[in-house]
Amino acid sequence: MAGESTFVYLPYLMGGVVTTLQITALAMLLALPVSFLLALGRMSSFAPARWGAGFVIELFRGTSAVVQLFWAFYVLPFFGVELSPLAAGVLVLGLNEGSYFSEVVRASLKSIVAGQREAAVALHLPRFYTFRRIVLPQALPIMVPPFGNAAVLMLKFTALTSLVTIQELSFRAGLLRSNLGVSSDIYGVVLAIYFALAVGMASLVWLAERAVNRWAGREVIPWRELTSRRASPAPKWAFRR
Amino acid sequence: MGIVDRSEPMKATASQGRPIVRMRGVRKAFGPRVILEGLDLDVGAGEKVALIGPSGSGKTTILRLLIGLTEPDAGTIEIDGQYLWHSSRGGTLERADEAHARQVRRCVGMVFQQFNLFPHMTALQNVHEPMEQVLRLKRPEAKERARALLARVGLGEHVDKRPSQLSGGQQQRVAIARSLGLQPKLMLFDEVTSALDPELVGEVLGVLRELAHETDMTMLIVTHEIRFAADIADRVLVFDAGRVVEDGSPEIVLKDPSHPRTRQFLRAILER
Ligand SMILES: Nc1ncnc2c1ncn2[C@@H]1O[C@H](COP(=O)(O)OP(=O)(O)O)[C@@H](O)[C@H]1O
Ligand SMILES: [Mg+2]
Repeated sequence: MAGESTFVYLPYLMGGVVTTLQITALAMLLALPVSFLLALGRMSSFAPARWGAGFVIELFRGTSAVVQLFWAFYVLPFFGVELSPLAAGVLVLGLNEGSYFSEVVRASLKSIVAGQREAAVALHLPRFYTFRRIVLPQALPIMVPPFGNAAVLMLKFTALTSLVTIQELSFRAGLLRSNLGVSSDIYGVVLAIYFALAVGMASLVWLAERAVNRWAGREVIPWRELTSRRASPAPKWAFRR
Repeated sequence: MGIVDRSEPMKATASQGRPIVRMRGVRKAFGPRVILEGLDLDVGAGEKVALIGPSGSGKTTILRLLIGLTEPDAGTIEIDGQYLWHSSRGGTLERADEAHARQVRRCVGMVFQQFNLFPHMTALQNVHEPMEQVLRLKRPEAKERARALLARVGLGEHVDKRPSQLSGGQQQRVAIARSLGLQPKLMLFDEVTSALDPELVGEVLGVLRELAHETDMTMLIVTHEIRFAADIADRVLVFDAGRVVEDGSPEIVLKDPSHPRTRQFLRAILER
């Protein structure tokens, strides 16, 4: 029976899950500093930094990620740069996401009202302190939800890396289907797995949001109040400001 | 602009003592809109000066120029004997860099109409962190001084509250304490009671009054509270369309202004 074979191949699929999660995590980890660097570059008062950052952003946003992957894996070796499949996949996905997310970072940093920076200037506060202690704590909580969004998208985006021979979840599912003919229920299982991963990720993002809000000095509804039935029925997304 | 006649602007340069502010020929325009043109203004050390004038006349712009938030298009600004945007080498003025301006404006403090407290910090953090950063104090000492300052503005019991937990009047008093923490020689107050509910105005003016009477800090106060200005100021400047149109003691300027337009303006705000 087909159902039986699905469960037989579940360990094989789980290997793909590990790879998928690994690439997602590494790519997002790379995207974070890249997006900050690009955003700060675009906001710099030094014109070449603005041009450079703008060029990188448009390069990655403006060309197909598939083509970028081919480039990183099959073309770069001609220039003496040999990347492992994992490195190529993480690099391309991370730089892609970094380029997109840099606009979120930039918008969040810019959303800090002018009065806050003016107060910092009028108090003669050093620039780095102003960024770290005044701008960032107010901008970071704004960035977390879109970052979670991006992470869930990335989870599904990793399927692209099968193009550079990485055996992530979708790739393994495809292999099972074409080689063994176990088909429809395989994809049902894969769908369920992706869904479970996305839900797990969303929960992580929610925890991250609370952690960031707490770090930023915003009031966060205590865990106990959220879980006890007696307490006010505050929805979990209701962060008090 | 342009209602007032442009003959013979009043020179706001005759002040007693060593000037802590000396503006000469200052011009500031935003695009095609000229806000200040050929402005000369002196403020003596220790003077309490009230700056009044219609909305949009450039009062905030003057304060922003003095604390370095805005750079003039032309003219010179001296703070406590040093050029803010220039350095004088062998008698000629050269454009100075950002670092120079930072150093010169260090002795200036400013309190904003909208408070601009840091919302994610407690009242105490709002006050002690700048002291650590700018005066290079150790944290315990900065905190101790910050507590004393907050107590002095009547907020001893609210040190651990966030701005959102405080009333507008309390927030503005935190903002005053925050500026005082850096021990400025010159304090700029930009309509610090304009954003407050009427019943909260008094507590903030009370703090200003106490500062005026008990410190030798120079205070430049932009305000629409004419009676308050008359009460605490040594000198009142009336500003209109980018120029000083009246300059003198509160008795003279407020009771017997030389320009009909000033009389009209004073009547308008006294009637509010
Ligand atoms: N950054 C700016 N860009 C353009 N116009 C400005 C800017 N700042 C102030 N202005 C204009 O300059 C004029 C004077 O402003 P301001 O100094 O704030 O006046 P006041 O404080 O006396 O009400 C106003 O007409 C205002 O619109
Ligand atoms: Mg103003």
